[in-house]
Amino acid sequence: MDQIQKSSNTLFTLLFFAWIVSMVSMLGSLFFSEIMMFPPCVMCWYQRICMYPLSVLFLVALFSNDQNIFKYAMPLVLLGLFFAIYHNLLYFGIVPETLAPCSQGVSCTSDYINWFGFITIQLLSLVAFALIFVTLIFIRFRTKL
Amino acid sequence: MKKQTLIVASLFVLVLLFVGGSYVYKNANHSVSAEKSAALVRPYAYVLGNPNAKTTIVEFFDPACGTCKSFYPFVKSILKQNPDTLKLVLRYAPFHTDSYYVVAMIEAARLQGKYLEALEVIYKYQDKWASHGTPNIGLIWGFLPEAGIDIDRLKEDLKKPEIDALIKQDIADTKTLGVNATPEFFVNGKPLIKFGKQELEDLIKSEL
Repeated sequence: MDQIQKSSNTLFTLLFFAWIVSMVSMLGSLFFSEIMMFPPCVMCWYQRICMYPLSVLFLVALFSNDQNIFKYAMPLVLLGLFFAIYHNLLYFGIVPETLAPCSQGVSCTSDYINWFGFITIQLLSLVAFALIFVTLIFIRFRTKL
Repeated sequence: MKKQTLIVASLFVLVLLFVGGSYVYKNANHSVSAEKSAALVRPYAYVLGNPNAKTTIVEFFDPACGTCKSFYPFVKSILKQNPDTLKLVLRYAPFHTDSYYVVAMIEAARLQGKYLEALEVIYKYQDKWASHGTPNIGLIWGFLPEAGIDIDRLKEDLKKPEIDALIKQDIADTKTLGVNATPEFFVNGKPLIKFGKQELEDLIKSEL
């Protein structure tokens, strides 16, 4: 009984952590675009599409302490992770940007924030997706921990 | 039950942080800091309106940018309404492909005293030469005589290194000030945070 209780608590903690990361990402990105008025570039939009549903999915999973969240969240996380990695490669010039910025669009390599000389919005996104990815792996395989 | 309380409390705290942060950000002073203010106005920059006016609008623009074109008559009309108290300083943010050379043409035309004439003709035919992604700036040569510009002299003046230096300085200033979209306006050093014609007019009025 204790064992089951402990395991359920671990699951809750992991879910809670993943949910907080997704919430901070969502609210943070909305703060950048709606309050600080940074127009989001195309790559940011793709990552938002993956991140915003996660905050709702994890919230639902929290209330029922549902381990099955792995199945539903992982595809979104993998997709988001893919875009985030690609976006960072674009920014560092490893992948050339073919989409030229125009008066309507925003370049995916412009710097809105640059904290401590290396933290950019796309890096924050990559870190968030990576954290959620690792947490989900723990959720899925925690019985073996 | 305790878990549910934690979830709801967390949600509440997160939303509160967001709303609180928004409030703080909106009421904060976003003026360009003193050490960066030199980047706003350079002595060589073209000035429209009364040079001694107490209210200064600084506009960073790109001749290939459609929004810049649509704002131009709007800003000009505000200047007309306040001929003594308002001036406009025009700065370059040549972000589009080949805009650098278009800006150089405007600067070379200035040496003939035809700055505004050149700018207005370039804006007028913008949709002809500045198609998205692949501008055809060669067409501009055909439009410039309409502004009464001597093309041979313009081509000579384009070789002058000071034009190059001036544009490079403007580009450096866009980086200093964090200008990453055009047009970008500053009124007495205060940036336009929410973009729009009404918002710009309100900002100007608050500074007059």
